[in-house]
Amino acid sequence: MTDIPVLGFIIQFAAFLIDQLPNISHAAVAVSIPIALAALCGVVSERSGVVNIGLEGIILTAAFVGWVTGAAAIAILPPELETTTAIFGISLPLLIGLGAALLSGMILAALHAWLTISLRADQIISGVIINIAAVGLTGYLNTLISGSSPHGAGGFKPLNVPENIADIPLVGWLINAVFDQGPIAISAIILVVVVQILLFRTRWGLRTRAVGEHPRAAETVGINVIRLRYRNVILSGAIAALGGAYLSMELTTSFQAGISAGYGFIGLAAMIVGRWTPIGALGAALLFASSRAIGRAITFAAPDNATGEFLKGIPPQFYDALPYLVTIIILAGVIGRSIPPAADGQPYEREAAA
Amino acid sequence: MTADKPTLAAEPRPASPNNKEGESHEQRAPSRGRTIIGNIWSALAMPLLAIVLALGVGAIVIVLSSALAPGKSFDLGLPLRAYQALWEGSIGSADGRVTILVQAAPLILAGLGVGLGFKAGLFNIGAQGQFLLGAVTAVAAALVVRNSDPLIAIPFALIAGCIAGAVWGFIPGFLKAFSGAHEVVTTIMMNFIALALVSWLITGPLRQPRSPQPVTPNVGDAILPVFFGRDGHIGILIAFLAVPIVWFVLYRMTIGFQIRAVGANPDASRYAGMKPRRLITFTMSLAGMLAGLAGTINILGVNHQMPAAYSTSVGFDAITVALLGRSNPIGIMLAALLFGTLRAGAGLMQINAGVPSELVDLLEAIILLFLVASPVLRRVFRLRGVKSSLGTTETMSRTYGSEAIR
Repeated sequence: MTDIPVLGFIIQFAAFLIDQLPNISHAAVAVSIPIALAALCGVVSERSGVVNIGLEGIILTAAFVGWVTGAAAIAILPPELETTTAIFGISLPLLIGLGAALLSGMILAALHAWLTISLRADQIISGVIINIAAVGLTGYLNTLISGSSPHGAGGFKPLNVPENIADIPLVGWLINAVFDQGPIAISAIILVVVVQILLFRTRWGLRTRAVGEHPRAAETVGINVIRLRYRNVILSGAIAALGGAYLSMELTTSFQAGISAGYGFIGLAAMIVGRWTPIGALGAALLFASSRAIGRAITFAAPDNATGEFLKGIPPQFYDALPYLVTIIILAGVIGRSIPPAADGQPYEREAAA
Repeated sequence: MTADKPTLAAEPRPASPNNKEGESHEQRAPSRGRTIIGNIWSALAMPLLAIVLALGVGAIVIVLSSALAPGKSFDLGLPLRAYQALWEGSIGSADGRVTILVQAAPLILAGLGVGLGFKAGLFNIGAQGQFLLGAVTAVAAALVVRNSDPLIAIPFALIAGCIAGAVWGFIPGFLKAFSGAHEVVTTIMMNFIALALVSWLITGPLRQPRSPQPVTPNVGDAILPVFFGRDGHIGILIAFLAVPIVWFVLYRMTIGFQIRAVGANPDASRYAGMKPRRLITFTMSLAGMLAGLAGTINILGVNHQMPAAYSTSVGFDAITVALLGRSNPIGIMLAALLFGTLRAGAGLMQINAGVPSELVDLLEAIILLFLVASPVLRRVFRLRGVKSSLGTTETMSRTYGSEAIR
């Protein structure tokens, strides 16, 4: 260590990472899901030209609505309808909660769409409104019902990977990290791939990108810009809402005020780092989540050597801030510029309407 | 697709018909000889209408949600009782009136910062981070000079807080000006970095030894003196003094004119010999300084020490305040007083009427919503000649995808 400190450090750090790999990778995938869904929401919306910084509010609202609707369903439904399946732990109250969460996200997104597309209000102001309203509404209702301390409908269960598969050398940890997750997490990963294909290989994708780059040209060839933007924004609301439902119905089984904890904003960052593509955004989300997971691993299981001492000297807050630092550096164009769709953030008006 | 992006971005942006409509009303009106009262009415009508409507919607929310509390049913009288408690907790009592000013002071300063940004065409969402960093730096500075005279400690801590806020504003301003990184995204990132930094400072180097919870030591000699009421500290005076100063800078000084010119049209201002890049960096730094000062007076005047879990919404309230005040210093002062009133009375509303204080956040969002939807309001209430919307702030997101400013 003292002779060649850098090399020694790298070796010890790598040994630590490999030792902790199953824990870190599993935690990283679990944390990356809400980030990836938020980023995917941003991609679908911004590729069609609508900036949506209200996705933090949509996540928060959906988390609350999903949890509280599930709790209400548990209270109202007869017990024979509340059986859970063996795999994934799916039950009717949970599904009702999930449906309500998606609906709430779509309603908020529709409000954003109406304000920004029809009224041509500033897209950032509209997003700010959604964020403030979400904090106010969920906080208000949560305080109000906390007196009766409602029981949520529980949560979706992870797909338990059998030990002999998880113990396969070299790939076992990867299978375990990806598939030892609940249904929302697994479908989120599938969703990212699906949207990537849709966005770059289908008519809808081409139209979306055209509207986001040059809406006037798109309108000229017969694309209904207004309708497409409405559809994409509302769809993106449902995607972000899935992330909210994940937080209160899969990652945890209850709602706390401020449960969204910046996942929406960090998703925005992941979208930028991933250059407005679904796969790139998922990659960035995994990177960001790994940063946090490594930070946690160091706090709780630092190795007993010189490297461990050094790593413990780095404050854990550093790992929390790292994704934001990386985003600023990328935005500043220091390592590879990330360019948004050309018409992103601009209201569109039809020429013929005048 | 990516290859032809630069040319697309260089095309002129389509003008919004909203703007045209609003301007044509405003341009026609003076020729008919509008009075001062008419002017004030046209500026105030829409915010006032939004506030009244928001209180109405708030009342509906209170009634509808009154059955949710355990063991309660729908209560039609609850909104009245809630708003009555809100009044008593704020304007209705002597202590309440002082609390209004205490609550409004940081909102005025941070709101002025956000409003200044709006004037230059910048959307400063980073007031929260600038506020927190100003506060924690002021505490650190106060601890450095802990055993000196208040006459030295107070200015030292105030200046330190201002500088920290200014630095936190300078970074996104500089990035916006020289690399085109949109300030909305960078300031959001800066907020989270500030949050992590503050958390580290208070759990680490600045932590008071032997305290069960992570909290900084008391700022000691740098506590702002109370000059009226129970907790009316001198920072209130600073905040209200900042209003005419910022107004003077914006409307009577060359630099203010340049800031507004850059906000209206960076290209035109460059042709007129101004330097948009420098002006944008300067404005963001100034905005950060004001938000940092807001955090400083709050920590030195109200809290006196900073816990790691220091929670505040001043930075985000400041955005609403600046929008409601139409980025005008006097409007911002009035809007800050309104939100100070709501915040001051929210506690008593929760105690006396059992209506959660988060209603204030909801009211804030609804007021903004009505302001944004003002074209609809104008049609519904047949308000002609009333200034429609949020003034200069309608075009923030348009620069989102644009290149660096030359």
